[in-house]
Amino acid sequence: MATATAGKGQSGGNTLNQVLFYVFLIGFVLVSLFPLLWVFKMSIITKTELFASPPTILPQNPTDSSYTTIFSDPSFQHALLNSTIIAGVTTVVCLFFGSIAAYAIARLRFRLKSSVMTLILAISFFPAVAIIAPLFKEFAQIGLINTYWSVIIADTVFALPLTVWLLVAFFKELPKDLEEAAKVDGATTIQAFQKVIVPLAAPGVFTTAILTFIFAWNEFLFATTFLFDDSTQPVTVVIPNFASQYVTNYGAQAGAAVVVTIPLVIMVLIFQRRIVSGLTAGAVKG
Amino acid sequence: MTTSSADKKRSRGFLKEELGNPERRTAYYMVLPSLVIILIVALIPIVSSVWLSLHQATIVQTGAFVGLQNYITVFQDSSFLSGFKNTLIFTVVSVFFEFIIGLAIALAINRAFRGRGLVRAAVLVPWAFPTVISAAMWRLMFQDQVGIINYVANTLGLINQPILSNNTLLLIAAILVDVWKTTPFMALLLLAGLQTIPGDVYEAARVDGANILQRFFQITLPLLKPTILVAVLFRTLDSYRVFDLFWVLSNRQLESLSTYVYEGVRITQLQFATGNAAAVFIFVTAFLLALFFIKVLGMQTSTEE
Repeated sequence: MATATAGKGQSGGNTLNQVLFYVFLIGFVLVSLFPLLWVFKMSIITKTELFASPPTILPQNPTDSSYTTIFSDPSFQHALLNSTIIAGVTTVVCLFFGSIAAYAIARLRFRLKSSVMTLILAISFFPAVAIIAPLFKEFAQIGLINTYWSVIIADTVFALPLTVWLLVAFFKELPKDLEEAAKVDGATTIQAFQKVIVPLAAPGVFTTAILTFIFAWNEFLFATTFLFDDSTQPVTVVIPNFASQYVTNYGAQAGAAVVVTIPLVIMVLIFQRRIVSGLTAGAVKG
Repeated sequence: MTTSSADKKRSRGFLKEELGNPERRTAYYMVLPSLVIILIVALIPIVSSVWLSLHQATIVQTGAFVGLQNYITVFQDSSFLSGFKNTLIFTVVSVFFEFIIGLAIALAINRAFRGRGLVRAAVLVPWAFPTVISAAMWRLMFQDQVGIINYVANTLGLINQPILSNNTLLLIAAILVDVWKTTPFMALLLLAGLQTIPGDVYEAARVDGANILQRFFQITLPLLKPTILVAVLFRTLDSYRVFDLFWVLSNRQLESLSTYVYEGVRITQLQFATGNAAAVFIFVTAFLLALFFIKVLGMQTSTEE
């Protein structure tokens, strides 16, 4: 894809250029990964080493004491479970409503289509903080405060633009003839959607699911507003609180931050190609 | 406005045409659930925010109508003003650096090279982190007893007090963390945009004798403009709403517009009404920002091909 665009001729046999290019790349990768690596180092060293001045570059006597501390903390285990439930359910709910709407927008003809799309996309520009007070009142009245549902419902609305946008892009790429063939054979719109589109669209739907999951896993504002205790709070709320709970136990704080990012790092490593295609699907036409 | 009978007839005709056709009717049924959720969870609450901001509201009752009094109070509140100032500085500076560095990276890696996958994965790691977790990580590195950055800055004589205890240093730190976290995202978007520019355009320009700068300003930038506008608008509105990063990185010291609202309506609750006024202010100004990008800068919003 990129081979055609740039670099032809210029970098042919120019080794100095190549070397500089790779130096730049390595620097870039190091800067991106440095905080994770450094905090990981902080999590596996002893307290004495942590407070040493000047700081050590490589860990001297690695220890797992930070990890035993945080994994024996029930609030941390709860938080991991809560995050998984909230992000998982949000993803499922979002994909359900989002794929139905996206199919209509991508495939069917109706007059208000662009108004509907504009309205959905406008939500992605919507400052969530502007509605936390009324939303808190609404949720309190119907008893949703301090339940998973309060956050799942709010997250769903704010993840919908992303879900719908990506799915519309993916659905539009699918061949139209197949559905029409299905309709000629007597399938209804809904059947054509279920039997033809859904299986074909599976890779796009999967990409959308990954991005929606990451979005919901990372959400903080609604979670910290609607959830009061560690029976429901996700990691994004619990980990920052470790700063006051483990006041000078910086190793434990570092360990907690590392553990939370590991699932994300693994997802990124496995699905990087899909994530990039999803991220850029909406912003670039062509 | 008056509704003439002709208008009524036309709208009835419109409804009949739209809902009479089975395909169109199905389409409306399919988008309806999403629209209803958006209406209940986002649109009704924003109307309610406006309503509350015009009253002497508390968390339990709406209270007496006070007109624009809450807005006047907000604009006289020094912590609102400092939050506003911090938000503006943060938005302008971080988006500026993210754009410049992101564009440079995109231009540099817009070619085939070995290790593409590794670079892409490394780029995605900061993006995929929850903002609060990366803020917590950076906070550990800015910390004055065990933080590497504080140590290095101190040794080099760049700072004469702990980073985490000074609001100016905290704002700079917040910008640094934001640039670290979102430049990769910017670079990816711009790279995807660069890849849609056909190579023969450059070839033709080179044949015509255009030098590298001319090619950049006459070809790359104009053709990349739609992507740039989308990327910059997304980042601008995101930075303008900044909450998580300030809240966790500074341990609630550094104020932004959003932290002001949150403290008013959720933490102290004494400033519930003024908090709502500030919330409406953020909503309106964010809306105007988006409008500016779309109308003045000519961003394309249509999804039709």
